[in-house]
Amino acid sequence: MATPSGSYRDERAEVPARRGVHIRPANFLLLIPLIGTLIPMFYNQDHPRLGGMPFFYWYQLLWIPISVTITYIVYATTRGER
Amino acid sequence: MKGVNAVEFTVLVLLFLIVAAMGFLAARWKRGDNLMQLDEWGLGGRQFGTWVTWFLVGGDLYTAYTFVAVPALVFGAGAIGFFAVPYTIVAYPIVFLVAIRLWSVSHSHGYVTSADFVRGRYGSSGLAAAIALTGIVATMPYIALQMVGIQAVLEATGFKNPHVALVIAFVVLAAYTYSSGLRAPALIAFVKDTLIYLIVIVAVIYIPYKLGGYGKIFDAAHKALPLKPNKGDITLHEPQYLAYASLALGSALALFLYPHSVTGILAARSRDTVKKNMALLPAYSLMLGFLALLGYMAIAAGVKPVADANGKPDTNTIVPMLFDQQFPSWFAGIAFAAIAIGALVPAAIMSIAAANTFTRDIYRPYFRPAASPREEAQVSKIVSLVVKFGALLIILSLPVQFAIDFQLIGGIIIIQILPSVVVGLYTRWLDAKALLTGWVVGMALSIWMLWLTPNPLTRHKHFGGANWALSHIGIDTKAAIWIGIPTVIINLLVAAILSPMLRARGAVLDETDELDYHVERGDAGVVPSPLSAAGST
Repeated sequence: MATPSGSYRDERAEVPARRGVHIRPANFLLLIPLIGTLIPMFYNQDHPRLGGMPFFYWYQLLWIPISVTITYIVYATTRGER
Repeated sequence: MKGVNAVEFTVLVLLFLIVAAMGFLAARWKRGDNLMQLDEWGLGGRQFGTWVTWFLVGGDLYTAYTFVAVPALVFGAGAIGFFAVPYTIVAYPIVFLVAIRLWSVSHSHGYVTSADFVRGRYGSSGLAAAIALTGIVATMPYIALQMVGIQAVLEATGFKNPHVALVIAFVVLAAYTYSSGLRAPALIAFVKDTLIYLIVIVAVIYIPYKLGGYGKIFDAAHKALPLKPNKGDITLHEPQYLAYASLALGSALALFLYPHSVTGILAARSRDTVKKNMALLPAYSLMLGFLALLGYMAIAAGVKPVADANGKPDTNTIVPMLFDQQFPSWFAGIAFAAIAIGALVPAAIMSIAAANTFTRDIYRPYFRPAASPREEAQVSKIVSLVVKFGALLIILSLPVQFAIDFQLIGGIIIIQILPSVVVGLYTRWLDAKALLTGWVVGMALSIWMLWLTPNPLTRHKHFGGANWALSHIGIDTKAAIWIGIPTVIINLLVAAILSPMLRARGAVLDETDELDYHVERGDAGVVPSPLSAAGST
C-alpha cells in the first residue's frame, strides 16, 4: 500500500482526467433550484391553499423533489466524467 | 426527580443505553489494518459508501438543535423561520461541483481538513492556521448548542435541573468517540434518522388529525403570530424578503465550510459517492420542512414553553412539550430519544472535526513537524475530549443565550474562509497574503456589524442577531441583510485587489496539480492509502 510520496505523479500519464475547469451545459441546470426558491416575492402568498396549507409552504416544499430530480439528472448525465 | 414522567424517562434512558453500546462496538465496524492513524480514527478509514455517507452527512447537518430551534423560531416569528427549507434546498446544487473537487484533491494528497488543502495549495501555514482557527471557533458553540437540544428534552420530561443528566450523557459520548472515532456517529446515525423519520411521519399525520387539519393550524397561527413580540405572520412582511433570501443563501454557502461537513465528505469512499449524495441529501429537507411546521402546531395546540432556571420561558422546549401533550408517554419517550440521539451524532462528528483540524493544522506545523501518524491520532483523540468538555463548560457556566448568539456569529465567520477554500479549489490566482488580509477585514467587519445589531426582545444592545439593518447606511427601509453576504464579498474584493500587488516573484508555491482535482478512487498512480503521502505536506 505504501507507495513513496512524490513518485506517483509520473505514473499518472494515463489518467483519463481533463485539464482545467470545464463547465458542462448540464451543470447550468443546478441554477434552477436557486432561482425557484431564493426570490420570496414570487411565492409569498397565502392562497391558493393545498390541503389547508398556504401557498408559501407547499410551493417551497414542492421544490425539494424538483431539486432532487434536477441534481440527480446532473449526477447521472455527468457520471464517470471528470 | 419529583414530577418526572417515569415512562418517558425510562424509554429515553433505554434507547440512550442501546446507542451508547453501539458507539463502543462501532470501533470494530469495517476495521482497517492500521487503527492508529488519523484517517482511521478521524475519517473512519475513508471508506463509507453511498448509504453510510447519506446517513452520516445527514446526521451531521440536520442536528438536534435544528429540530428544536427551527420550530421554535417558526413558533415565535412565523414565516421567516421557514428559511431553513430554501437554505437546505440550495445548499446541494451550490456545493455539488465544489465538493467533488475537494474530495479528489484530498484523496490524492491525504488531506484530512480544508485547512490541510489550503496549506498544500498556497504553501502557507499561516493562512492554513487562520482557516483552522476559524473552523474551531465556529464549531465550539455549535457543539454547545447540541446540549441545548438534550436539555430541552430533559426539561420536557419534568427535570427542573437537568445538568447532572447532561454531564452523564456527555461523558458517555466522549468515551465512545474517543475509542471508536468517526465510526461511532456513522453507525449511530442510522438509529437517529430512523427514529426521526418515524417521529416526523407520525407527527405530521397524527397531530393535525387531532387538531382539526392543516387549515385550522395555519389559521390559528395567523391569528396568534401578529400578537407576539416578533409581530410575525404565516407569510413574510415585505421588508423581510432580503433577510429571508440572504439568510437562506448565506447559510447554504456556510454549511459546507464547517469542519464537520468536510469530515463527512472526506470520509466517503469515492468521488462518485460524494456526487451521488449531493443529489440524494436534499431528501432530508422534506423532513426539516415538516418539522418546522410543528411550530404552528404548537401554537394551535396552545403549548406553553417550559420556564428555564431563571423563570423565563424557554421556547426551545415547544417541540418536546408538543410531543408530551399530544402523544402517549411511551411514544413521547421515543421522540425525546430521537432528539437526544440527534444531538449526540453531530456533537461527536463536530468534536472529531475540530480535533483533526487542531492536530493537522496547528499542532503539527507549529509544535511537532515530525509527528508520526500514530502521534497525530493520539493527539486528536485527546483534543476531541477537550473540545467536548469545553462545550459542556460553556453550557453549564454561561446563559444559553450566549451559545445561541455565538452560533449566529459562527455562520458569519465560517463564510470568511470561502475565498481561500472554494476559490482556491478552482484557481491559484489569489495570493496567500492577500487572502489573509481579506480574511482579517471580513472578520473585523462582521464583528463590528454584529456589535451594531441589537435584539429588542432580549434587550441586548449588541450581538442581537445576524441580520444587519440597511438603515445603517442611510437607506430608508426596514429591510436587513444577513451579515455574512456583504462581508464575504468585501473579503473577496480585498483579496482580489491585493493579489497582483502582493504576489511574490519567482516560483508559486503549490503542491497540487490540476489533475489532482479530478481523480477518482483507484485511478492509476493515485496512492490508495492517502496517509503515505502526508509527509509531503
